[in-house]
Amino acid sequence: MLGRILSLFMMASMTVAFAAGADLGEGTKAEELNVPAIVMFFIFVAATLGITYWASKRTKSASDFYTAGGGITGTQNGTAIAGDYMSAASFLGITGMVYLKGYDGLIFSIGFLVGWPIILFMISEQLRNLGKYTFADVTAYRLKQKPVRILAALGSISVVILYLIAQMVGAGKLIEILFGLDYEFAVVLVGILMILYVAFGGMLATTWVQIIKAVLLLAGTTFMSIMVMAKFGFSFDALFTQATQIHAKGVEIMSPGGLVSDPISAISLGIALMFGTAGLPHILMRFFTVADAKEARKSVFVATGLIGYFYVLTFIMGFGAIVLVLGDPAGSYLAADGATLKGMNNMAAVWLAHAVGGDYFLGFISAVAFATILAVVSGLTLAGASAISHDLYANAFATGKVDEKKEMQVSKMATIAIGIAAIFFGIAFEKQNIAFVVALAFTIAASANFPVLFMSIFWKKLTTRGAVIGGYIGLISALVLVILGPVVWTQILGNETAIVPYKFPAVFSVPVAFIAIWFFSITDKSDDAQRCIDEFDAQDIRCQTGIGSNGAVAH
Amino acid sequence: MTQEQVQQIKNNPKYQKLVGTRSKFAWTLTIIMLVVYYAFILFIAFSPETLGTKISPEGMATWGIPVGLAIIIFAFAMTGLYVRRANGEFDGLLNDLKNDIEKEMN
Repeated sequence: MLGRILSLFMMASMTVAFAAGADLGEGTKAEELNVPAIVMFFIFVAATLGITYWASKRTKSASDFYTAGGGITGTQNGTAIAGDYMSAASFLGITGMVYLKGYDGLIFSIGFLVGWPIILFMISEQLRNLGKYTFADVTAYRLKQKPVRILAALGSISVVILYLIAQMVGAGKLIEILFGLDYEFAVVLVGILMILYVAFGGMLATTWVQIIKAVLLLAGTTFMSIMVMAKFGFSFDALFTQATQIHAKGVEIMSPGGLVSDPISAISLGIALMFGTAGLPHILMRFFTVADAKEARKSVFVATGLIGYFYVLTFIMGFGAIVLVLGDPAGSYLAADGATLKGMNNMAAVWLAHAVGGDYFLGFISAVAFATILAVVSGLTLAGASAISHDLYANAFATGKVDEKKEMQVSKMATIAIGIAAIFFGIAFEKQNIAFVVALAFTIAASANFPVLFMSIFWKKLTTRGAVIGGYIGLISALVLVILGPVVWTQILGNETAIVPYKFPAVFSVPVAFIAIWFFSITDKSDDAQRCIDEFDAQDIRCQTGIGSNGAVAH
Repeated sequence: MTQEQVQQIKNNPKYQKLVGTRSKFAWTLTIIMLVVYYAFILFIAFSPETLGTKISPEGMATWGIPVGLAIIIFAFAMTGLYVRRANGEFDGLLNDLKNDIEKEMN
């Protein structure tokens, strides 16, 4: 039955896609229909729907749905984490940033990467030992279930929705330019596919979609980087010399520059990037898909290696794009003004693919970029759906007295609801600045999720009141500071000067959250507070050793 | 786990050794990583020209590039170091401890 639905959907969507493409190809759009890209994209979609069908037969229990039954190996999970992390923002965004600003792009890469060792040393195995499906399991371990779960779920859902908006807008724009299809059509297509992957295939399908996409992306970017370096006799100096001659900023692209103009912003961005990673619900969720703490550690090692390698490649590709795309003698990648790229700077990586590998490689990279978005939105949707079904529905409101079947039904309904919301927001936020939305998601993750998670693992005197008040203060202060900051207050709301002069408020909101958690915990003299403190030792033993945790495999 | 069992495990020298060494190791690595990363961030914030200095007068490459790459490789090496010790030494201690506990409970 499901197989028939999936194959029907595939046929229908292909027909629609080709029909829409053919219409648009006849001169209504500036961009031509990209046939190799569309063919490769549909091969990917067909393969991943096949996996979803296979996974749907194995996804029976809630544990299967949320964590793939805990049967993913460390290496597989590490690759999938890398897949989650090498989103379109990383691939297109960072390459585009290096292309535009040179060295500054590397600052972002490093910030995104250094969160990983910290997660490994401080969080990953503790999370694996304590939790079951979501990071709220950890915070609710000894604190009062209901308020803590609601807080964690709100934090998760805020991050998930913001991140989803960024990915959906990216997907729509990409398809518009690459495939020559309508923006709205692209957003709807992404929404439907991610609902199918998640609702039918759960974590198992989502994980394999991530793994395939990560491998394709790494293969494609490796090829591009080798081709770039080959053109310069594998000499970085030759590459840099040519790039500085072509780029309008000249030698400035070789040193840190305008990206972070003042010290506070630089430090704040550093905090948001580093600790934000440790608060992203779709990333934290991945630690429950492996069998034990050992595999969780291995996942981080593999992920850090792959992500680090990938970021080095984006740096090479960015500089390669300056020489081979911007400096292309025919100027065929530039828009009518002769200075900016067709489809803006985020397309640097894609045009570079054409410059080094021709039409078919362009098609391949376009399809991979789109697959990247699909994979990341699936991971996000699953994290959002779990927050709703596991934290809000099953544990906060039904207080654990709910059968698994019902909980899974709720998670599937939540998946559909999030999918529809994502389509709606994707269309509504078409003109929004993607990089800003991602930075906001990281800021909230660092200010609301990370402090509560960290304190519940390490601080004996944490009480329910401290966690809840501190968590909300972190969440709200991050939101308020962003709204009063330069991006929203001046650029979006059109006011003259921003009330808060900093784009990234993490340097304020993260400490505020920690201080509030501390203050409202130590002043809490209730019985519940004493219970939370008394139960810490037992939690700590399990957290440190895994003794008493039955593992993710519950069958 | 009962309060008694909790106390028993907490007083077990093997538990103390495992938690003590591992926490010390994890915190040390965390602090090293933070120092390295924030030193880099502070250079960007207060003295960007240092990272923009050329490595050699003939070439174009600046010190910022090997430093950036080194931080990426360093982060990877640190995770490798931790995983190696945790999956070997610490898990060894943990298995020892688990055997003890099983004996005590029987």
